[in-house]
Amino acid sequence: MKKLITSLALTGLLAALTACSGADDTDQTADSGPVTLKVARDPGLDKGAVAAFDERVAQFEKANPDIDVVPQEYNWTATTFTAQLAGNTLPDVFTVPFTDGRGLIERKQIADISGLVSALPYAGKFSATVTKAGQADDGKMWAVPIAAYGQALHYNRTLFKQAGLDPDKPPATWDELRSAAKQIADTTGKAGYAQLTADNTGGWILTTLDYAFGGRAEKLDGDKATAELDTPQMTEVLRLLKSMRWDDNSMGSNFLYDWGSINQAFAAGQIGMYVSGGGNYGSLVTQNALKPADYGVTVVPLKDSPDAGVLGGGTLATVSAKASEPVKAAAVKWIDFYYLKKLVDQQSAVLDAKTIAASKQPVGVPQLPVFDKATYDKSLKWVAQYVNVPLAQMTPYTDKMFDQPLVTEPSRSTQEVYKILDPVVQSVLTQKDADIADLLKKADAEAQALLDRN
Amino acid sequence: MAAEIRPAPLVIRRTEAGRRRTPLSWVRGGGLSTLVFLLPLLVVFGIFSWFPIGRAVLMSFQETNLVTPATFVGLQNFRDVLADPLLWTAVKNTLYFAALALLFGYPVPLLAAVLMSEVRRFKGLYSALAYLPVVIPPVVAVLLWKFFYDASPTGVFNTMLGWVGIGPVAWLQDSGTAMPALVLEATWAAAGGTVIIYLAALTGVSTDLYEAAEIDRASIWRKIWHVTLPQLRGILLITFILQIVGTAQVFLEPFLFTGGGPANSTTTILLLIYNYAFANSLGGAYGSATALSIMLAVVLGLLSALYFRLTRSWSTS
Repeated sequence: MKKLITSLALTGLLAALTACSGADDTDQTADSGPVTLKVARDPGLDKGAVAAFDERVAQFEKANPDIDVVPQEYNWTATTFTAQLAGNTLPDVFTVPFTDGRGLIERKQIADISGLVSALPYAGKFSATVTKAGQADDGKMWAVPIAAYGQALHYNRTLFKQAGLDPDKPPATWDELRSAAKQIADTTGKAGYAQLTADNTGGWILTTLDYAFGGRAEKLDGDKATAELDTPQMTEVLRLLKSMRWDDNSMGSNFLYDWGSINQAFAAGQIGMYVSGGGNYGSLVTQNALKPADYGVTVVPLKDSPDAGVLGGGTLATVSAKASEPVKAAAVKWIDFYYLKKLVDQQSAVLDAKTIAASKQPVGVPQLPVFDKATYDKSLKWVAQYVNVPLAQMTPYTDKMFDQPLVTEPSRSTQEVYKILDPVVQSVLTQKDADIADLLKKADAEAQALLDRN
Repeated sequence: MAAEIRPAPLVIRRTEAGRRRTPLSWVRGGGLSTLVFLLPLLVVFGIFSWFPIGRAVLMSFQETNLVTPATFVGLQNFRDVLADPLLWTAVKNTLYFAALALLFGYPVPLLAAVLMSEVRRFKGLYSALAYLPVVIPPVVAVLLWKFFYDASPTGVFNTMLGWVGIGPVAWLQDSGTAMPALVLEATWAAAGGTVIIYLAALTGVSTDLYEAAEIDRASIWRKIWHVTLPQLRGILLITFILQIVGTAQVFLEPFLFTGGGPANSTTTILLLIYNYAFANSLGGAYGSATALSIMLAVVLGLLSALYFRLTRSWSTS
């Protein structure tokens, strides 16, 4: 009872504090002097990386003497973000995944900075595939795309070699992937292929595989969204996973992986292959001590279907809904300086790469362009001398990443639909007699009820 | 006889009522200083405990994302929660956890305490060892047990089972074994606290009763059955209801071990409340979360009241 009362009290306190803090931030006027701007900094950075960040802050403050930048540790996770948003404890500038952009804008949970963004010199040059994520219904850009990715198949080159596979020729089809996974599991005793299943990531990766097989999780017809989970493609994906788990026994023994734990297990050499964002190398190295020699990455195999595509996503920079006008202006200046200018301006790109490389953080991890491909290629050339990632081991991915059709994530109630799919994939991997047809039928009905409600 | 007794309470009642009615007599009686001493506590409780609880009750009738203004939706949140098929899964899982915890978690500390009270030497050492798991921060304990529960044949528990030719067991990775695995860890983590309570209660048992039993040549088991347990009756009833109330609110273990999986087999009511509020990154269903919290609080309150009413006659020895 005590715990319950405490949780009730905490929820209420959160609400009360939010209510109290509602009005106080908005009365700052344009001529109220220096502006204090809280900006997001990745948590868990080593000393060098923090110094590099502080150096960038100093450079910004020198160029903008009326803005005092205060770094605040922040990392988006589905479960903590809600509490931070509700409790108004987010920094003034924070990042969210593409999936959250539209919802935050619709519910006015972030500031409308569209006027300030449209004044940026490169405002009209954002790639068409990334622009939508940060736009309101009327086309105004409230949230700024700062990074984009396509899903990739990460693999352990060392385990490939131990299993007698050629690490320079990773699987290009799902049949090859299945047999490689079995070979790794049989030879090394490690998981040949592992799948994310927890904290909504089960749905995220299942949707990725569904796309790769030519399916879609949702269909939009005007305002009406239809769930498309109970489909032949999704069934085929789950059947494949079921066979790999129960017939081949090639998926190891952990079926409750979330993003952090799968990265940890992969970096520790426990997993042969897994699917996740193409830019994962950075966190694998800086947060999980991956040995660069182990690392290989390739594109997610696509089925021979006209609709097969690779799921793409990315990161948006947004500004707190409580920010005053001067803070909003300062925030957009910071977004321009810290996240975007380095993608379009040689001097900024070099300065950024130099400071990051000095702190031994990865420079040159493959990404999808936020602007056009030509600008992206140009920016790679600017920083070429600072690149410190094993590019040769990434060629299976970088050679083909631009040839794959990129498909955006489901746009309605994305995280909630992913959450509905988590137990589906968990059931298939943990219950030998799981009834795929029944699981998908129920998940589809649940998702449809959700889409109708929202 | 009755006529002689009656006037006395009447006089007392009148005097008490008289005292209450006059503020002056209340002040003279030291009421003001009592209030001054009480005031900080009242303010702190009011601001940090009762006001938020009131706010939470209010929120259960609202739809809100805590950023934009809230709207009143009447009983809709309660209806939404009751219509959620996952609620009944969570209720079932919570009852299953509670039942398993009662089966294992309730007798184990009692047995340990009784045995420890019987030993003559190193009693302090045994108490310290029993209490040790309680000192370990819960998150650390869970991480440690996650390591033990590694489902591969090389996992700690599976290696030990392998020595006797059993397993490997999937532990947390199987819907059938996940919940018992959580109960095992939860029992390990909490038993020490209860052992200390029982040990303290056992010191209150009159030694005369044991001596009398020894004179009657009672065996150790007869002493436990006829002396120890009846003497512990009051404390046993309290720990029983505390156990039920505690297990009905299990959150930490499913949250940290399994996240409610696999396939919702460890989703408990409190985890569901948490998921309503926080699993959707775009601002959760705070209304539904508080509505379910209130329903759970009411059910547990009623259960406790009913329990104490039913056991009133047993608890007075």
